[in-house]
Amino acid sequence: MSTTTASAAAGAAPVAKKAAKPPNPARIRRRRRLAQWGFIAPAVVFMALFFGYPLVRNIVMSFQDYSPSTFFTGESPFNGTDNWSNVFNDELFGKALWHTILFTIGSLIGQFCIGLGLAVFFSRRFPLNGILRSLILLPWLVPMVVSGVVWRRILDQDTGVLNSFLGTIGAGGDTPWLTSTSMALISVILVNIWIGIPFNMVILYGGLQEVPKELYEAASLDGASAWRTFRSITLPMLRPVITVVLVLGFMSTVKILDLILALTDGGPADSTQTLGTLTYQNSFVQLDFGAGAVVGNILILISAVFAVFYLRANRNEGK
Amino acid sequence: MSNRFTPGVAVPLTVVSALIGGVVLSGCGQQRDPDVYTVLNSSTDESYHRWDAQTLARCGKQLGVTIEQQSVPASQVMTKALRMASSKSLPDVLQLDASEMPTFAEAGGLIPLKDLGLSTRDIPEGIVNFGSYEGTYYGAARTVNTLALFYNKDTLDKAGLKVPTTWAEMRETAKELTHGKRYGLALSAGGAEDGVFQFTPFMWSNGGDETKLDSPEVAGALDYWKSLLKDGSLSKSTVNWTQADVNDQFMAGNAAMMINGPWQVETLNSKKGLNWGIAQIPVPEAGDDSVGPLGGGVLTVPNTGDGEREKMSAKIIGCMAGEQEQITYAINSWMVPANEKAAAVWRTKAPELAALADQVATARSRTAKLGARWSSVSLALQSAFQSALTGEPSETALKRAQKRATSGN
Repeated sequence: MSTTTASAAAGAAPVAKKAAKPPNPARIRRRRRLAQWGFIAPAVVFMALFFGYPLVRNIVMSFQDYSPSTFFTGESPFNGTDNWSNVFNDELFGKALWHTILFTIGSLIGQFCIGLGLAVFFSRRFPLNGILRSLILLPWLVPMVVSGVVWRRILDQDTGVLNSFLGTIGAGGDTPWLTSTSMALISVILVNIWIGIPFNMVILYGGLQEVPKELYEAASLDGASAWRTFRSITLPMLRPVITVVLVLGFMSTVKILDLILALTDGGPADSTQTLGTLTYQNSFVQLDFGAGAVVGNILILISAVFAVFYLRANRNEGK
Repeated sequence: MSNRFTPGVAVPLTVVSALIGGVVLSGCGQQRDPDVYTVLNSSTDESYHRWDAQTLARCGKQLGVTIEQQSVPASQVMTKALRMASSKSLPDVLQLDASEMPTFAEAGGLIPLKDLGLSTRDIPEGIVNFGSYEGTYYGAARTVNTLALFYNKDTLDKAGLKVPTTWAEMRETAKELTHGKRYGLALSAGGAEDGVFQFTPFMWSNGGDETKLDSPEVAGALDYWKSLLKDGSLSKSTVNWTQADVNDQFMAGNAAMMINGPWQVETLNSKKGLNWGIAQIPVPEAGDDSVGPLGGGVLTVPNTGDGEREKMSAKIIGCMAGEQEQITYAINSWMVPANEKAAAVWRTKAPELAALADQVATARSRTAKLGARWSSVSLALQSAFQSALTGEPSETALKRAQKRATSGN
């Protein structure tokens, strides 16, 4: 420990000591590197413990026969690719994958377009702008499960508010929102769009504030139309923010679980099963943890691919 | 200057993070308190939690120990108990839903109650089987429940209709009671265990069986549901309703009759002016047995490896499932006592629920035939009746369900 105290003392009067006796540069470098690692270590330990371990565990688990008895005996024999082939042979998997794709793409397009529209709208000055903008944040503040339960009531075919409203304005009023196999997924997507709009709006609105006002002035001097201004100035300037919004939106949408459980429980007739509900069903209803891990890994893989895209896009931005 | 970090700071930081990691990893093992026993159940509702706490206080006093109650939502009991098993911190008494008990027993997690000195005297055979897995009695039921037909007395009286007893009568009655915003009948065909639970009385009373989902008897039961939907007697939202939703619709006057269980009675009685009655679920033909599903929790002793404590746990169960406690619990919760003598006393105290007691007498356990395989059959079946109710022919849907139910195992 003597070196430690020495260097701590050196810190107090570095210039004088340095001048008197120049220390070995290699030793300084080594010490500095050690110090750097010391500061990184907590983060590394944390990541390894709370991200690395579960991740590796999940991958290993997908090759194991992991059943309720495993919790007692601690034995989970490896069964090769049995879990994987079981999952891929289950016709529900194909359905769930397809629904996940539709759900993700539909939600992202809806959330983004409406969010961007609102962001552009609110970036003008007009009375009540602030109040309206904060009201639009509301869906974001409501917990997902609560939104799900409330929307389930609203969308009830017979007693729901939405249908009785549509009925009074003479626009049908008998829409089977959550009770028809062809309609349920669309309804779930619509609810998710509603939930996702505030997030998109807030981030994009923030991005819009960063666009220099001079550019718009220049554009208007050049006589550019509103659409041309939007396409040639707003969109390109927003590009980095758009990437962030889309990638984060993708990650939270692809793993959707709570909203669907609250709205339809995956039904009717599995028409709203996604990879998220499938992994839940495998693991916690059927207690087939191996199969659940397989679907979970597939979800991680899909997210990872997009995370790589995101990182690459960001790196190019930095250049 | 800014880069001059010294190892003097870095080393403690590393040590601290390593320590935190160590604590997280090793913090699972727990020491048991010798005089405190724990019961894990799903009594998260305030009233149920209170009734159980009172029971445990009485039993604890009688046995000279302290008993603590831990309650988690019903859907989490199983996974919570499994996690506790792997960290060697299982509770002393575990209340499982009877349909989940076989899975836990099969995993080697339960001690046979007879080995611990609990007898099954005075318990009807059906209820002993209800708490048994592969012939071994693991779970003592305090009370059991099942489904019955609830009806709005005023609505039926006003229409001059009698309570239906056969499928044909129920279809006719439901049709006549369907009027304006009101449906004749409400039931749950949701995509979860609720829906399957509600389908079983129709499937079983028609002679169908969960081991062969593609039989004509099961298809017949499903076609009956479809006919009610086609008549307009059932709401199309049926496929999206839980049993609690069904109860809400009935209470709001949107349904004249409903299939539901006694656990709704407390809520039903909270609505003043609602004049309801209860009857057995109608059968396909007059003279058939109305076979309902037996539901409810069973008290089990998890395998903790501590023989002495397990014996005391069995005594706690013996007290909780004793005749007097059964009657108290049954009257509180509107369920039917498991013990024959207790049930006889209960009948005199709750005569309006007599139909329920009759229904229990013929009721069947869902897992008696399939044991731990029930969950995959249940998932296949709920998908099938939802497909059928949303348009697919019953036979096609059930054929696929049977294939799916057997392929996973």
